[in-house]
Amino acid sequence: MEIKKTSLNKLHQDSQAKFVEFAGYEMPIQYSKGVIEEHKFTRSHAGIFDVSHMGQLFIYGNENLTSDLEKIFPLDLKNLQQNCSKYSFLMNEEAGIYDDLIITKLEDGYLIILNAACKEKDFEILSNILSQKYKMELSNDRALVAIQGPKAVEILNETINGVKNLTFMTGDWFDYNGRKLFVTRSGYTGEDGFEVSILNDLAEEFTKSLIKKGAKLIGLGARDTLRLEAGLCLYGHELDLNKTPVEANLRWAISKERLSNGGFVGSDKIINQIKEGAKQIRVGIKPEGRLIAREKTKIFNETELPIGEITSGTFGPSINGPIAMGYVDKEFSKIDTKILLEVRGKKHPANICKLPFYKKSYVKGVN
Amino acid sequence: MTEVKFSKEHEWIILEGDVATIGITQHATEMLGDIVFAELPEKGSNVEKDGTAGVVESTKAASDVYTPVSGEVVDINQAIVDDPAKINEDPEGTAWFFKLKMKDISELNSLMNKEEYDKFAKESSS
Repeated sequence: MEIKKTSLNKLHQDSQAKFVEFAGYEMPIQYSKGVIEEHKFTRSHAGIFDVSHMGQLFIYGNENLTSDLEKIFPLDLKNLQQNCSKYSFLMNEEAGIYDDLIITKLEDGYLIILNAACKEKDFEILSNILSQKYKMELSNDRALVAIQGPKAVEILNETINGVKNLTFMTGDWFDYNGRKLFVTRSGYTGEDGFEVSILNDLAEEFTKSLIKKGAKLIGLGARDTLRLEAGLCLYGHELDLNKTPVEANLRWAISKERLSNGGFVGSDKIINQIKEGAKQIRVGIKPEGRLIAREKTKIFNETELPIGEITSGTFGPSINGPIAMGYVDKEFSKIDTKILLEVRGKKHPANICKLPFYKKSYVKGVN
Repeated sequence: MTEVKFSKEHEWIILEGDVATIGITQHATEMLGDIVFAELPEKGSNVEKDGTAGVVESTKAASDVYTPVSGEVVDINQAIVDDPAKINEDPEGTAWFFKLKMKDISELNSLMNKEEYDKFAKESSS
């Protein structure tokens, strides 16, 4: 299959990007300055991320659609206000996760942002459950550009007047050169920021205007170190069909109202797991010293019995040390529990620690 | 001092008396990206030509460091273990990895000179 390119591919090339294939797309892993500088620039200024490979699914409909989507997602969508966003999951009956996603209520339906590697399958699953009652569009004419960091609001507001009034996890349509784009205040870095859904033919010019105002292109390499420092899950690593939201420690994303009554795909399992407790749970892990424990690293307790596995591990540039997330047996999930990580045949000491590793305050709103 | 020689695994080596200083090339650091972790062989240990003699990790992945010749490790550069970013800054100078007392100096003969290595690096990265 031919590798797909986003509408910003030429701009990446012109910006000396190193490319990797990701979910069938040619994506920039880093630019000439490297992952650490890109990471720090995002934390101190503003980074631009091309996330056009992600799925932008529009589903059109009214109250019936809301009711039908409540049979799928563990959200109180009836009481979700227009232009408000929620983090959620598409699950199977066993509460295994097909994908994690952001869903936003629009005037005439919903916009769901899906992971690139999952979007086609998600579309199929959702079409089947909704039995083609609603118009569904997995957009291929829109790019998705994120701008993240403390300067993001100032820079983006110069280009799109009014975005500064959005609060965290809300969005709206804005005018850009006479054409409409949808902006949400959200992101995947632990910084304040926005994600802009924009027509392909405008994406390059729009991105260049952000660069002119001082933002810089950031690759997938730094996107990964930023999200890991922020304690955010990456599908295929922390989340997959063998993990439930309860095990992933994402119970906060399940609406309380929905927990009492159930009635969504996977609800029996989730309600039961909350009552009985999950066997394993996602935790933050800090290796002692500088050693990096990558995905699939085995975790042991102090008496060297296996208790779990790392799902993501890297060096955190803002922490200036190694960080990781993984799953451990519940009894070893308490903060400050001493554990051992087996790397290259040797066991190294590490500690369970609080997530996120790195925290900054978001612009909070009533949601 | 002899001329600097290079291996296909992107190490450089320079001989002074019978002690060789070994590090990784500028080209290697460019391929790896930001280096955030380095592990070196133990002082006093013996390493074999083309065997692993350390590890470097970037934000993305771990890579083995090989030794292009055999010998006894007589010194290691603790500074790059304490601050691995030094490897990106000066890979072919102050950020050397380890020093070996060579067993067989003829092992150097199979390695590349600068011109040959530059050509090899260019071809292997394209």
